Amino acid sequence: MSGPSTSLRSEPTEPQSRHAHDTWTAALTRWVEGLVPRGQWLPDRQPVYVASWIYVFGVACLASLVVIIVSGLVLSLGGVAWWHVSTLGHFVNSVHLWSVELFFATMVIHLWGKFFMASWRGNRGLTWATGALAFFGSLGTAFTGYLIQTNFDAQWISTQAKDGLNAAGIGAWFNVMDLGQMMLWHVSLLPLVVGAIVVVHIVLVRRRGVAPPIGATEPSPPGAAAAAGAAPTESPATLATRSGVKS
Amino acid sequence: MKRGTGGWGPTPDSHAFPTRRYDLVKEFVIALGVVSVLSVVAALVFSSPDEPAISLQQWARQAPADVVATATGELAGTTTSAGYGAPYNTAGEGQSLGPVNLQTLPGVTVPVDSAKDLVLDPVRSLTSDPAVVAAVHAWDAASADRQQAWSAAYADALAAAPDGDPAKVASGDYGPVPIIAAAELQLADGGALEGLLTSRTTFFGVDSTRALLLLADGTHLEDAARAQNLGGDQWGIMNETGNYPGQPWLWLYSLWYQVPPFSTSENADIAVWSLMILLSIGFICIPWIPGLRTLPRHLGVHRLVWRTRR
Repeated sequence: MSGPSTSLRSEPTEPQSRHAHDTWTAALTRWVEGLVPRGQWLPDRQPVYVASWIYVFGVACLASLVVIIVSGLVLSLGGVAWWHVSTLGHFVNSVHLWSVELFFATMVIHLWGKFFMASWRGNRGLTWATGALAFFGSLGTAFTGYLIQTNFDAQWISTQAKDGLNAAGIGAWFNVMDLGQMMLWHVSLLPLVVGAIVVVHIVLVRRRGVAPPIGATEPSPPGAAAAAGAAPTESPATLATRSGVKS
Repeated sequence: MKRGTGGWGPTPDSHAFPTRRYDLVKEFVIALGVVSVLSVVAALVFSSPDEPAISLQQWARQAPADVVATATGELAGTTTSAGYGAPYNTAGEGQSLGPVNLQTLPGVTVPVDSAKDLVLDPVRSLTSDPAVVAAVHAWDAASADRQQAWSAAYADALAAAPDGDPAKVASGDYGPVPIIAAAELQLADGGALEGLLTSRTTFFGVDSTRALLLLADGTHLEDAARAQNLGGDQWGIMNETGNYPGQPWLWLYSLWYQVPPFSTSENADIAVWSLMILLSIGFICIPWIPGLRTLPRHLGVHRLVWRTRR
């Protein structure tokens, strides 16, 4: 019974209608793979027009987020009041604070840069929207961080901020004077939400690619460019743009 | 493949452009290194602010008259929390924007009866003091009108006394109020009041709502904040103690509180919040707002990024 017939039976069979009979696993795999064009998850090449320091600030913002998360995790090891009584804890708290300041500085520059570049062009509206949502989510996360400092700032900020939230009806469920609730929002709920938005934002950036310069037209096919004697990394005549900073 | 967005016409596919070498991982690692070094250096050089919290004991020792006046105000129903409304109680209507009152919509979700929760219940714990026990009994036995008359009269007398000193109050019919207010001061001075406010109903005191409401009902907290330039008309909560940047990203939110009509409105909070929510939605939706979505073309700042080769 062995031999060719067994071998044939063990061969995976390709369904006639692949999509109609896919397993959920295969469908999920295909969906994930299709989120961005092939080779664009982490490409080692970018369009020639990606050549300005302004592009660095999105990555710098992401790097700041990593420092925020790491310093926040170290702070959480010692507990809510650790940093008041420990020199090391106070230092880690300081790193956390300054990385947050850097995070917002780089994020705001990134946002303004994308605004002036109208980076929502070419069906990139959701990329802009998720970036803006990440900004507002970060505002809330930073705000709850100030509320859980268990010091004078936390006392003053919470008693002042409650009025706006109560007036909007939000304070009914989001009590800024409840330390336990704010602690969980700051270290769990809001970071998860912001993290998820950032992931979606990055996927959209990779999916659509970096927005071309304003006024740029469709480049000629590579063959036409080569025939015209253009260098491989230079843009065709229609792409008469490049950065004056790096190039 | 060409894609179009309103007002811009077709935008070329970025993947169709010629490419140049670009090491994303190296860029991220360098950025991470730079940001880490900057954060550590800033932490070493500038540290971070940590003005200790004001304890209720400190409050009692530094401003005893304020504690007595605040306790009296809670009994009289004249403090901020006593007349607040939702989400703490139904004593006030809260803020509204025209006919819309979002504050009262969810109802009372964080119930606080200022007289009972912030003063009377803590004071009831002083069972070893016969005078205090008798004072609380007298309060409980009196009608609401009588309670109001006693506490309002004592509040007025305190306000008229030199430095608000309870010892210099003119004689009058204040009922048990002076003893109850003094008992509140005694609890705060002994360090027991915080625990009675945060842990009376649960062993783990993780909810500071009542202690903070009581502290904020007094003037001591605000005086301390104003001394640090943290008042509402001093750009409020976007600042923090000391010479630190605070939350500069809240500048626009704080700005509205500094200018009319918001700075003079009784509904400033809901007006500012509504405006900020509207502006935030507009900011998120820029790509779909005619006029705004094509504004960058006219501003021309993009030419600094993509310089035209001549």
